[in-house]
Amino acid sequence: MIKISTTQLWVHDQEAALAFYTQVLGFEVRVDVTMAEMGNFRWLTVSPPGQDDMDIVLMAIPGQPVMDAQTADDVRSLMGRGFAGTVFLSTDDCYKAAEELRERGLVFVEEPEDRPYGIDAGFRDPSGNHLRLVQQHPMPQG
Amino acid sequence: MAPVHPVRHLVRAKDLVDARYVEPLTVDDLARAAGLSRAHFSREFRKAFGESPHTYLLTRRLERAAALLRNTDRSVAEVCIAVGLTSVGSFTSSFSRTYGMPPTAYRAAYPPAAAYARVPTCLIRAYSRPDPAHLEKTARTAPA
Repeated sequence: MIKISTTQLWVHDQEAALAFYTQVLGFEVRVDVTMAEMGNFRWLTVSPPGQDDMDIVLMAIPGQPVMDAQTADDVRSLMGRGFAGTVFLSTDDCYKAAEELRERGLVFVEEPEDRPYGIDAGFRDPSGNHLRLVQQHPMPQG
Repeated sequence: MAPVHPVRHLVRAKDLVDARYVEPLTVDDLARAAGLSRAHFSREFRKAFGESPHTYLLTRRLERAAALLRNTDRSVAEVCIAVGLTSVGSFTSSFSRTYGMPPTAYRAAYPPAAAYARVPTCLIRAYSRPDPAHLEKTARTAPA
């Protein structure tokens, strides 16, 4: 069986991303290690409390020699525009979760709205990455 | 509609602890989540789960702190703050009482945090490679 264990988001600043994902979204830090032998590469992963089988790596955009300046700039541009990846979060009460997130300072780009598939809201992290918060309606039977 | 079992309300308080232990939660917050008065809540919580709400909150924080000590290279003070505790002294003393050793000894008893960071080989190869610009520059300036 194959399962998804880890996915990655580019971030413009790991500290800013960490503050957002932990203090605003309420995620937990899973791993945070800085490796001197890898040019102080920081492996920083977060995931929601209670979900232990999957985490998101908050990955700083590297410079040389990992990534040339043009590519790094391209990634920054895509990320800033919200096209470098999207994370879909699920909740059992989208309106309530949105209210809690607003209390912690989150500004929604799209307020929760009832759609055929569920109640869906959208927002961005400080780097511009696009996140969605979805309360899925039960699938019709038959 | 059939009413939910009374313990369902108490579980809301546990869920609040599990999700928001980083925040400065009080027993009043937990009682509110359960929809009960503080005195009644504490009594009912203990009856249902065999421990006080405060103990549940503290042990959840200590459990999360232990994970951060194992999985990160953050300082003890940073770990303390990260789990919603404010006094490093109280944290160290509660941690020692619970785990039988202080946070630093606990961390030392486990492999270094880097062992838990499952950094993919592709990243290790990319980030460990010496900077070719530096190599070329030093080669140019090296005496023949």
